[in-house]
Amino acid sequence: MKTLIILALIYAITYLPASYAGAVDQLLNEYAASKTAAFDADQGKILWTKTYTNNEQSQARSCATCHTENLGALGKHAKTRKPIEPLAPSVNAERLTDVKTINKWLLRNCKWTMGRECTAEEKGHLLTFIQSQ
Amino acid sequence: MKYFILIIIVFVSLTVLSVKVTLGDDDHEHHRYSVFERQPGVAPVKNHLYEQECSSCHFAYPPGLLPAQSWQAIMTGLDDHFGENAELAETDRSAIQGYLLGNSADKSELRRSQKIMRSVTESAVPLRITELPYFKREHHEIPARLVKDNPEVGSFSQCDRCHQEAKNGYFSENKISIPGYGRWDD
Repeated sequence: MKTLIILALIYAITYLPASYAGAVDQLLNEYAASKTAAFDADQGKILWTKTYTNNEQSQARSCATCHTENLGALGKHAKTRKPIEPLAPSVNAERLTDVKTINKWLLRNCKWTMGRECTAEEKGHLLTFIQSQ
Repeated sequence: MKYFILIIIVFVSLTVLSVKVTLGDDDHEHHRYSVFERQPGVAPVKNHLYEQECSSCHFAYPPGLLPAQSWQAIMTGLDDHFGENAELAETDRSAIQGYLLGNSADKSELRRSQKIMRSVTESAVPLRITELPYFKREHHEIPARLVKDNPEVGSFSQCDRCHQEAKNGYFSENKISIPGYGRWDD
């Protein structure tokens, strides 16, 4: 019985934290399948502030419209004005921990900002940038 | 023992009295005070997934604020959700739709849900709570400077900015406090 408990503990210590920290790594591996060069936080930063106007309101939109240029600060939903918790993992430990949540927001927010889905390459750069914040 | 019975009699009569006052209370007669809070006007949200998914962008509107056909229409057009993309994974989308349809205004016994249902025709599919005839009637006296032009509110869609107990399903006048203005009294 004792051995079983010890084994379970070792399993938990080894694998559980890895599964949390691994959300971004898992996605980056998926994106990398269609790309040869490494993902780059600086490229991600450029994408972060790049503005697009191809929306119905013809208003310039970027990631920073809602999240601001400082990922460690509170953002604000452009329409509803609801506060958005900081995106930087260094400030908000809940960020980038769940693959499903990341996929949901990348899909919605790429479409809102750019008017289309992001490519694997863009998502790779963006996630690498956000992770570094 | 005598005292005990006396206390019980006093308590029971107070309860009966207060229930009477509460039942007699109306939106426009909110000055009477009751120690017992009456039931909410709409049922508060009781679904973790709905609250988590929808309130990341806006106030989680209680399902009893719209008829079933409205929720149905909203939940089948999430890719253009009032100009925003609010797409969900299909499993989450259908789970949330199930919750909304199961608790929509037409299925509620509560006061405001019933008033909302009485204000819409059977074939109507209002997509916005703010378009409901009942909603308009209740808010038509509020000047723009307090809501639309009020930087702390911005729009009628932000129920909980002024209705302090909206989260719990209470929308009575005595629970209104307009940011930068205070109590609303008409």
